Amino acid sequence: MTPVLELRGITKRFPGVVANDHIDLKLEAGEIHALLGENGAGKTTLMNILYGLYSPDEGEIIVKGKRLVPKSPSDAIAAGIGMVHQHFMLVPVFTVTENVMLGDEYVTKGGLLDRKRAAARIREISDKYNLFVDPDAYIKDTPVGIQQRVEIIKLLFREADILIMDEPTAVLTPQEANELFKIMGNLSKMGKSIIFITHKLREVLEFSDRITVIRGGKVVGTTTPAEANQNLLASMMVGRDIELDVNKKPAHAGEKVLEVSGLTVADAHNHLIVKGVSFDVCAGEILGIAGVQGNGQTELVRAITGLMHPVDGKISILGQDTTRAAPKEIIELGTAHIPEDRQKDGLVLPYPIMDNLVLNTFYKSPFARGAMMQEQPIRENANQLVERFDIRTPSIETPVGSLSGGNQQKVIVAREFSRPIKFLVASQPTRGLDVGSIEYIHNRLIEKRDDGCAVLLVSTELDEIMQLSDRIAVIFGGKIIKILPAKGTTKEEIGLLMAGVDTETQTPVSQPVPVG
Amino acid sequence: MTTTTAAPTRIKEVGYISPRRQRVMGIVFLALATMIWVFFSRTTTGQMVTTFVMSPGGADPTPDLIFNTLPFLNVLATISAVIGAYQLVRGFHGKTNTMLGILAGFFVIAFLAWGAADKSLNLAGLLKVAVVRAVPLTLGALSGILCERSGIINIGIEGMLLAAAFTSTVAASLSNLWVGLIVAILTGALFGWVLAVFSIRYKVNQIISGTVINIFATGMTSFLSAKFLQKYQNLNSPGQFPTWEIPGLSKIPFFGPILFSHNLFVYGMFILLIVLTIVLFHTRWGLRLRSAGEHPKAADTLGINVNRTRYIATILGGMIAGFGGAYFTLGSVGRFDEVMTAGRGFIGLAAMIFGNWMPTGALGAGLLFGLADSLAGKLTILRIPIPPKFLEMAPYIVTMIVLAGVVGHTSPPAAEGTPYEKE
Ligand SMILES: Nc1ncnc2c1ncn2[C@@H]1O[C@H](COP(=O)(O)OP(=O)(O)OP(=O)(O)O)[C@@H](O)[C@H]1O
Ligand SMILES: [Mg+2]
Repeated sequence: MTPVLELRGITKRFPGVVANDHIDLKLEAGEIHALLGENGAGKTTLMNILYGLYSPDEGEIIVKGKRLVPKSPSDAIAAGIGMVHQHFMLVPVFTVTENVMLGDEYVTKGGLLDRKRAAARIREISDKYNLFVDPDAYIKDTPVGIQQRVEIIKLLFREADILIMDEPTAVLTPQEANELFKIMGNLSKMGKSIIFITHKLREVLEFSDRITVIRGGKVVGTTTPAEANQNLLASMMVGRDIELDVNKKPAHAGEKVLEVSGLTVADAHNHLIVKGVSFDVCAGEILGIAGVQGNGQTELVRAITGLMHPVDGKISILGQDTTRAAPKEIIELGTAHIPEDRQKDGLVLPYPIMDNLVLNTFYKSPFARGAMMQEQPIRENANQLVERFDIRTPSIETPVGSLSGGNQQKVIVAREFSRPIKFLVASQPTRGLDVGSIEYIHNRLIEKRDDGCAVLLVSTELDEIMQLSDRIAVIFGGKIIKILPAKGTTKEEIGLLMAGVDTETQTPVSQPVPVG
Repeated sequence: MTTTTAAPTRIKEVGYISPRRQRVMGIVFLALATMIWVFFSRTTTGQMVTTFVMSPGGADPTPDLIFNTLPFLNVLATISAVIGAYQLVRGFHGKTNTMLGILAGFFVIAFLAWGAADKSLNLAGLLKVAVVRAVPLTLGALSGILCERSGIINIGIEGMLLAAAFTSTVAASLSNLWVGLIVAILTGALFGWVLAVFSIRYKVNQIISGTVINIFATGMTSFLSAKFLQKYQNLNSPGQFPTWEIPGLSKIPFFGPILFSHNLFVYGMFILLIVLTIVLFHTRWGLRLRSAGEHPKAADTLGINVNRTRYIATILGGMIAGFGGAYFTLGSVGRFDEVMTAGRGFIGLAAMIFGNWMPTGALGAGLLFGLADSLAGKLTILRIPIPPKFLEMAPYIVTMIVLAGVVGHTSPPAAEGTPYEKE
C-alpha cells in the first residue's frame, strides 16, 4: 500500500543552522504518527515546509502518489493537508464560525457571507466527531481547550485528510488532552491520517501507532509503542540516558518569605478572579499550586509579581509590603519570575539573545556604566549562559523570536537563575520543553530550594507538582481550597480537589466558576 | 452543581463594577446637573422665552418652537440630578455610558435653550450645517477605518484631503466638475498607494509614512497654489456641485430639509457608510481584510495574501479620502485656498477612534463634531461670551477622554501598524 504522504530527503537551512537534514518520513493512511525530538530538533520547521509556509532547500513531498510543491498554504490545503500550529492561529475578535470559514467562506447568491450555513456545517462536523463547540461564541471568550477544537474543525471544514498537529497538548489540561486523543482516535478510524508532535512520552506511548524520533535535524529512527518505552524514547531523543524521576532530599523550611493574605484580584473586565486567597511560602521549600487552567492562577501570579494590582488583601515579600509595589521593586527584593506566557511577558522577541539575557539587570554594573550599556560584559554573560543552560542557537546575536519554542523558555530560565535570588515564582516552567530540558530545569529548581530560596511553583501538570513540591495548594474557582503536605498525598486526591471535590466530605467545595 | 445554583455567583461577578468608577461617574453626572442649574437656570429670569426656528429657511412650513426658558431648564436640571443621585447610590452598571451620553445631550440642549433665551435660534439651520460639516470628518474616518482594519495606520488623511482638494480644483477648472471629482479620487488612490508601498514594501514606520504624506501635500499644494492659482484665476474657478433636493423625502417636516436637501457629497457619505458596513462585516473580502488587520499570521496560514489585501484596502481608503478632499472645493466653496482642510483630516481620525473603528460610530462621531463646529459659528450671532475656539477644541478633548479609557475601552485592530513578514 502506498503511504498517503511521503517526505524524501527534506533539507532546510537557516543562517547558522541546518534545521532539517535529509529527512525521510512516511505516513500511512489512517495512522496516528508521533513525531518526537528535543527542542530545536526541527519538528516545526519540517511541518511548516509540508504546509507551504517555508520552502525546502532540497527534497520532495509526495502526497497520495503525486508530487507536491507547496508554494503557499493554499497549495497544501488544496492537497488535503491541514495544520494546527504550535501557537494557535485564531482571530480573537471573530466568532468560531468566522474563524472556521476564513479563507474558505460560504456566501449566499447575493455575495454576502452565509454565516448560518457555515454554522450548520460546523454543528454537523462537531456532531460527527464529538467536537462540541458553540459556533456563535467569540474566540476571546473561549477556553484554550475549546480553541484547540476550533482549530481541528478548521481542518475538517476544509476536508483535510492529512492532519498535522504541532504540540496540540502543550497548553491543555490532562482532561482536555485525553478528550483530544479520543477525538484523534475517532478521526483516524474515519480514515484521516495524523502527524502529531509532543514532548510528553506517556501520550506517545499510549496514543500513537508509530513513532519517529528526530535529533539535530536528522531522523534517528522509527519505532512503535509496543517496542519502545519511556526511557528508550528519552535516550533516542537526547542521545544520552535521562533520569525521568526527580531525586530530592527532605526540605528544610526556614522563615516565611512570601505572605499572602485575603488576596482578591479582578481582571480587566472587572470580574473577580482570585477571591480572598491566603498562604505563605517559606525559604527552602517549594509550594506547588495545583489546579486546572483558568482557576485564577494567572491572576494570582500577576498580582504577586506586581504586574497587576489586587483589589483587596495584602502581599508581603521578606517582610516588606509589596501589595501595590512595581515589578522592579519586587525584582530588587530578590524575586525571580518565569512567566506563563513566555512570548508576551518573558521576552522581547525581536531583540538578540544577549540583550534578553540582561533584561532585569541591564541597568546595573557590570552591564551598564552610568547611562551607557557595556557590550563586552553583556556578551560574556550571554556566552556563559548559553553554554551553561544548553540554549541551542546559532549565535548570541540571533533574535530570540527565531529560536524554537523550547529554547525561548531556556533563555528566560537562564536569565532568572543567573543572579542571586531569594524568591522564585515559576509559572508553567517546563511548558513545551523536551525531557532533557525538563530534567535540567527540575534539578535547578530543587537546587534553588536547597540553597534556601523560596519557590512558588504554578503548574497544570499534576506530575510536575507531585514530583517537585514540598507542600501542595489546590486552587479552584479562585480560592485555595486546601493546602496539603506532598508526602502521603496521592495523585487521585489532588485530582479530585482540582475538580472541586473535597476528599474528606466527598462534596463539592464551592460552585464552579462559569467560564467566559 | 446545576445552573440554578451557579446562577447567583455569576450575576454577582458580572455585575462587579469598581465602586470607585461608579462613584466618580455619579459625581460627574451631578456636576452636569449642577452646571445646568448654576450657569443656565440661575442666570435666567422667569419671563424669558426661547424660540427655536424649526426650518432652515426657504419654503419649509414647520412652525417655530416657543417655550418658557426657566421651567424647561429646571426640569432638565432636576432629571439630571435624579439620574446622578441614582448612579451614586445604586449605579446603572452596564448602562453607565448610555446615561453619560443622555446627560451630555441634556447639557447641550440646556445650553441652546439658555443661549436662545429672549432671542431666536435657528435649530434646523444649526443641524443642517452640522450635517454638512460632518461630511469631511466622516469621510476621513471611513478612509481611516478601511486602512486600519486591514492593518495599515493611515495618519496621512489630512494630506490626502488637501491634495485631492487641489487637484480637483485644477481639473474641474480645466474641464468640468465630474472630471474634477474623478481626478480627486485618483489623487487619493495615488497617495494611498504611496502609503502602502512605504509601509508594506519598505516597512517604513507607518506613522512616519503618513506624516511625510501630510507634510508633502501641505508644502506642494501651497507652493503650486501660490505659484499658479493666484496668477491664473481661471485655474481656480471649478464651480460647485448644485444642491439636489430628493423628491418626497425633502418634504418631511423638520427632518426633510436637514437631511435631504444637500449636494452630492452628503449623499455620497451616507452611501459609502452603508456600502462599507456591508462590505466589511458581511462579505468574504471584508472578513479577510479584517483578519489581516487582527491576526495576519492566521490569515496567511489559511492561504490569504495579507500584503495584497493591505495594498487594496489602503488604495481604496485613499480613494475615499480623495472624494472627501473634493468636498472642500467642489462641494463647499468652489475655490482652492492654501491649507484649506485646516486639520479636518485629523478630526476625522479622532472620529474614527471615537467611533471605535466602526463605520456607524464614525458617522455618529462625525455628526457630533460637526455639531460642535456648527455651534461655534452660532456663538457670535447669539452674543454668547464663550470664545468659539473652545468649541473647536471639543473634538480633540473628547477624543483624549475616550482614549484615556474614561468612557470604556476602545478596541483598535490588533495588528495595526505592524508590517507582516513571512520570516
Ligand atoms: N525563522 C527562522 N529563522 C532562523 N532560524 C530558525 C527559524 N525557525 C527555526 N529556526 C531554527 O531551526 C531550528 C529548528 O527549529 P524548530 O522550531 O523546527 O524546532 P522544534 O523541533 O519545533 O523545537 P520545539 O520543540 O522547541 O518547538 C532551531 O535551531 C531554530 O533556532
Ligand atoms: Mg516546535
